[in-house]
Amino acid sequence: MFDQLDALLLARIQFAFTVSFHFIFPSFSIGLASYLAVLEGLWLKTGKQVYLDLFKYWIKIFAIAFAMGVVSGIVMSYQFGTNWAVFSDKAGPVIGPLMAYEVLTAFFLEAGFLGVMLFGMNKVGKKLHFFATLMVALGTLVSATWILSVNSWMQTPVGFEMGANGQFLPGDSWWDIVFNPSFPYRLAHTVTASYLVVAFVVGAVGAWHLLKDKTNPQARKMFSMAMWMAALVAPLQIGLGDMHGLNTLEHQPQKVMAMEGHFDSHPDGAPLILFGIPNSAEKRVDYAIEIPKASSLILKHDLDAPMAGLDTIPDDQEPPVGIVFWSFRIMVGIGFAMMGLGMWSLFARWRKGLYEWTWLHRAAIVMGPSGFVAVIAGWITTEVGRQPYVIYGLLRTADAASPLDAPAVAASLLAFVLIYFAVFGAGVWYILRLMGKPPATGEVEANHGYDGPIRTAGITPGPTQNPGQAETLPSDRRDA
Amino acid sequence: MDLTVIWAFIIAFAVFAYVVMDGFDLGIGILFPTFRVGQGRNRAMNSIAPVWDGNETWLVLGGGGLFAAFPLAYAVVLPATYPLIIAMLLGLVFRGVAFEYRWRDERHTKFWDLAFFGGSLIAAMSQGMTLGVLLQGIEVVDRAYAGSWWDWLTPYTLLTGAGTVAGYALLGSTWLIWKLDKGVQRHARYVAMRSAIATIVLMGAVSLYNIFLNAEYADRWLSAPEVYLAAPVPILTAIIAIALLRSIARGSDHTPFWLAIALFFLGMAGLGVTMFPYIVPPGLTIWDAAAPESSQIFMLVGVAITMPLIIGYTAWAYWVFRGKVGEEGYH
Ligand code: HDD
Ligand code: HEM
Ligand code: HEM
Repeated sequence: MFDQLDALLLARIQFAFTVSFHFIFPSFSIGLASYLAVLEGLWLKTGKQVYLDLFKYWIKIFAIAFAMGVVSGIVMSYQFGTNWAVFSDKAGPVIGPLMAYEVLTAFFLEAGFLGVMLFGMNKVGKKLHFFATLMVALGTLVSATWILSVNSWMQTPVGFEMGANGQFLPGDSWWDIVFNPSFPYRLAHTVTASYLVVAFVVGAVGAWHLLKDKTNPQARKMFSMAMWMAALVAPLQIGLGDMHGLNTLEHQPQKVMAMEGHFDSHPDGAPLILFGIPNSAEKRVDYAIEIPKASSLILKHDLDAPMAGLDTIPDDQEPPVGIVFWSFRIMVGIGFAMMGLGMWSLFARWRKGLYEWTWLHRAAIVMGPSGFVAVIAGWITTEVGRQPYVIYGLLRTADAASPLDAPAVAASLLAFVLIYFAVFGAGVWYILRLMGKPPATGEVEANHGYDGPIRTAGITPGPTQNPGQAETLPSDRRDA
Repeated sequence: MDLTVIWAFIIAFAVFAYVVMDGFDLGIGILFPTFRVGQGRNRAMNSIAPVWDGNETWLVLGGGGLFAAFPLAYAVVLPATYPLIIAMLLGLVFRGVAFEYRWRDERHTKFWDLAFFGGSLIAAMSQGMTLGVLLQGIEVVDRAYAGSWWDWLTPYTLLTGAGTVAGYALLGSTWLIWKLDKGVQRHARYVAMRSAIATIVLMGAVSLYNIFLNAEYADRWLSAPEVYLAAPVPILTAIIAIALLRSIARGSDHTPFWLAIALFFLGMAGLGVTMFPYIVPPGLTIWDAAAPESSQIFMLVGVAITMPLIIGYTAWAYWVFRGKVGEEGYH
């Protein structure tokens, strides 16, 4: 019933499914860890209660998101071997060390300081606690740096030699491998994306509570902070995306052809196709709405610059156009919508309506999840656009898979889908419930209905879990 | 010394650190249903909540390190143990999220407690069985796994799986003896005694089975001159086992935990004697599977710089959460 092709397809679906799920959580916790560090820093600097309240409000949410990121991430680090054994054997000497560095410099740092960040606020003093928060935030950024270096090397491989046994071996300089041509762009664009994800989630939560109570000081503060981010960072992200695209044009031209929907070459100025339905069988875009010559203007900065299309690429080296075309438009559309909301908020701020304009708040709520959609759409563009290769131009996906039987992969895929939706669905539900509670003055760190995850008592028994407010409730009664 | 041998020791160290540290976390999960609902369970879980994530990271280092230093072994072992690895990963998913979820939802605390138990049990069992698969030998042809996808299920792998579950329960219960007091501590001691006996019996059984499994293993343990190198391991194991049982019976506070670790260390040493220099018996040695020198050196620099720091701040985190758990709240 099954043959090898099915095993390959199932393995690809399984990898795409698990990594997409994984990435939802880091894209949130990279940004949120930095936001928490900013909040705690502002609290230490100004002593204002509102920052501490926001810190405690968001750290509960962070704890859940982080746990989901960790468990789904561990799955990823074994998926290379379980699903892509040939790839692991061949590319291991080059990318394995980068991933080992990620463990050594990032994962241990995050995990080592996470316990203190979550549970140690009154055990180590304010400064040391802030240091722990900073280390966790730094860990998330370092982690992104290494893993994106790995991914970028697979997109734009350089600095290697081919071994006699078919392995990719490191060349003279690790520097070339780590700082491969697409890495700086991908790092900047992805980290900025995480900050936008968090800005829009925080903005939506703030807006939700403003709609109920315009005077809630914590809701006002978080909404204002989020809208500053939207106004300043969304335009930056569009600029970074543009530079990223130009770099891709240089190194992975067929990906850009697919993104643009350019089946045909345009010797004197290529049009920018805004919308249309790519028809790969007929090699054309149906119902296209296009701006003449605009694509050449964006990509070559010259209205009449010639641009090659997919007709110059052998069919068996083309990526699937439809997916790439659409995922790219979804991301870019959201990018402009984000900038639009940011501008609107600037206008509202100027007219003293930031906390008053309910339509602005409603729009911010609608835009709350948009960052996640943009991030996943961006990754789909990146990953599908590099097909049919895993290591661009050198190793085909079809040649990289493990020698597994289709039923084995089908069974594990089914288990992943069922369990991920159930487990992470529950986690998202708990997060939404926490977000539904209005932030309050004197926010507690973890307000569950009964004796919560209190930590070890230490040598001196019964320290408070809530520094910065009326001291010492015994830790098992701090929720009362 | 040969770089490849150094790397074999580093991976062995990471695996050992993982087995001990996440071993006691998983052991607490395995024993969770035996603790009374309410304070007993809450305190057992709180004794590891601040450290479990760091403990689990050693698993990522073991896997990631294997990928980096011995890519061929990584590429062969994971397909060979595919169902076990997937089961372990999914077990760890349930175990990991239970730490947060059970406090978030009073109505479903029981369910997440069950997830914590089941996830820990499945993860422990799969890890033990994976070790069994490795020891019973993996067929490799042309740099790829060549066996069938049921090879992982044999009486031997079930035995190594059960041994691992018992050993983790021992680590977990002795950790709880140290971190808890009063009634819950008494309960931990009761469980520790039983897990210790089970662990010792199963360790013995696996060792005997090894000798019949493979003529080469038997040679290492039974014939001169190898036996002079190997003999101290079982002798020391016997001494430690007796000391462990006595310290639990005598009611010591933290000695049982350290002795349980010593037992695991000797188990690991025994494994080394059995396997070295093979990384995937019967065919692949560490040199066959090793990454090129340039990769090994590059990573060794990283390990040399970061490992002291990692050990330093991990120790600090344990120090911050030292002492008995939540004694004020317990009646
Ligand atoms: C470290 C490397 C790495 C990283 C960071 C990512 N991926 Fe990837 N991805 C791969 C390494 C990879 C891969 C191993 O190279 C795959 C497997 C088969 C393939 O073609 O590439 C792949 C395939 C792949 C596919 C299937 C494409 C196809 O087969 O047509 C999708 C949809 C994604 N990935 C999505 C993502 C998303 C949403 C990511 C964001 C987190 C992501 N990838 C990060
Ligand atoms: C296939 C690729 C990936 C693999 C193998 C992988 C692996 C992992 C692993 C093993 C963990 C858990 C670490 C722990 O125990 O603390 C983790 C968490 C994390 N990963 Fe990934 N990861 C991948 C993709 C990504 C990407 C693309 C990013 C960011 C750009 C990223 C950022 C993070 C971060 C920040 C964490 C910390 C946990 C969290 O924030 O939720 N990962 N990842
Ligand atoms: C108009 C604005 C934007 C443009 C022009 C743009 C451009 C691009 C391009 C060209 C790529 C693919 C690069 C490649 O694989 O070679 C990409 C990927 C990506 N985009 Fe965007 N982008 C924009 C907005 C956004 C927004 C708003 C987000 C998220 C909040 C986002 C998140 C991502 C992510 C996560 C990736 C995949 C990682 C990477 O390759 O960097 N982008 N973007």
